[in-house]
Amino acid sequence: MAEVLSVSTGSVAGCRARAAHNVLNQVVLPGEELVLPEHEDVDGLGGAGEQPLRLNSGARPRLRVVCGPGLRRCGDRLLVTKCGRLRHKEPGGGGGGVYWVDSQQKRYVPVKGDHVIGIVIAKSGDIFKVDVGGSEPASLSYLAFEGATKRNRPNVQVGDLIYGQCVVANKDMEPEMVCIDSCGRANGMGVIGQDGLLFKVTLGLIRKLLAPDCEIVQELGKLYPLEIVFGMNGRIWVKAKTIQQTLILANVLEACEHMTTDQRKQIFARLAES
Amino acid sequence: MQRGLDSETKKQLEEEEKKMISDEHWYLDLPEFKEKESFIIEEQSFSLCEDLLYGRMSFRGFNPEVEKLMLQMNSKNKAAAEEEETVEVDVSDEEMARRYETLVGTIGKKFAKKRDRANYEEDENGNIKPIKTKKMFLKPQD
Repeated sequence: MAEVLSVSTGSVAGCRARAAHNVLNQVVLPGEELVLPEHEDVDGLGGAGEQPLRLNSGARPRLRVVCGPGLRRCGDRLLVTKCGRLRHKEPGGGGGGVYWVDSQQKRYVPVKGDHVIGIVIAKSGDIFKVDVGGSEPASLSYLAFEGATKRNRPNVQVGDLIYGQCVVANKDMEPEMVCIDSCGRANGMGVIGQDGLLFKVTLGLIRKLLAPDCEIVQELGKLYPLEIVFGMNGRIWVKAKTIQQTLILANVLEACEHMTTDQRKQIFARLAES
Repeated sequence: MQRGLDSETKKQLEEEEKKMISDEHWYLDLPEFKEKESFIIEEQSFSLCEDLLYGRMSFRGFNPEVEKLMLQMNSKNKAAAEEEETVEVDVSDEEMARRYETLVGTIGKKFAKKRDRANYEEDENGNIKPIKTKKMFLKPQD
């Protein structure tokens, strides 16, 4: 009895740290500490009967590990800050791989390098104020468009939709956006065209829809000709030939988060008939 | 008549200023510690974790420019993920060395004087190689 009690108090206090590779794809809660796996070369070679020469005595070589969203560095360990499933990606080149927490939220926090859809809310002097869904509107300079010069200003009005990239995004400064990449080309960024419908979904759904092996978007594309823009801030813009088709698209995308694969296939089959 | 201060007095004044400034500087009375090199890098962006596709999509020819962009950007992602291939060389190193060898002969012939041009003979393959023997003055015998 005493042993059981001590184990439970230990887990409640959160002092025990688990190894990260044991917890993959399981739910983790904020406050948990994860221990990274050490380099296992020495043990394997020792079993074969050979002793490897160690150039740096004592210190074992550690690989560089990237801790992604939902995790923080805490000494030598990872500290979980969001609840969700722990994921891991194997490294392509050198390095130890990426760990992150797959969590769900509706509120967007601007992150550097994200492609987002913004709504222009104000024009002041040389910059536009663009609402990105964060705590502050992002600023977008009028020179940050392809082919824009001081005399050749871009044609942007208040209320326009902009697809751009966050260049500065941290908690101390106002976020900044640009519609141009580092080479000076637009690459599809800029003002999004006329008509269409903008609606909001959760951030997790956007990532699910943009995954390389996502069937939802492919099946949608087979129904009728359409255009979609996904913003990492939870906003989707759709456009189809008629208003009814556009509304159907919007409803399907909003609902597919909570549907199983079979239900989704039924709905697509029904739509394809009509 | 001396205007300005002596170099000595100048030095003294500078030293006094430095002392005053260093006295006013605040510093922490803590022992120095080295920050350990951290093997963990923090990133807040999801684009590094998951390979996400490009955000603009168009289907069945609704917007041809966006369809072109889709092909470009998604193939860029795949190309970056694959390993780099080795650069193919058109001319092998041995051939380059052979060519340079003959080059020395032809360029050398251009700058040699008329009398010395006879020193350059043609080889069997047609490569021009210089002969190293030069004509020296022969003293006439009695």
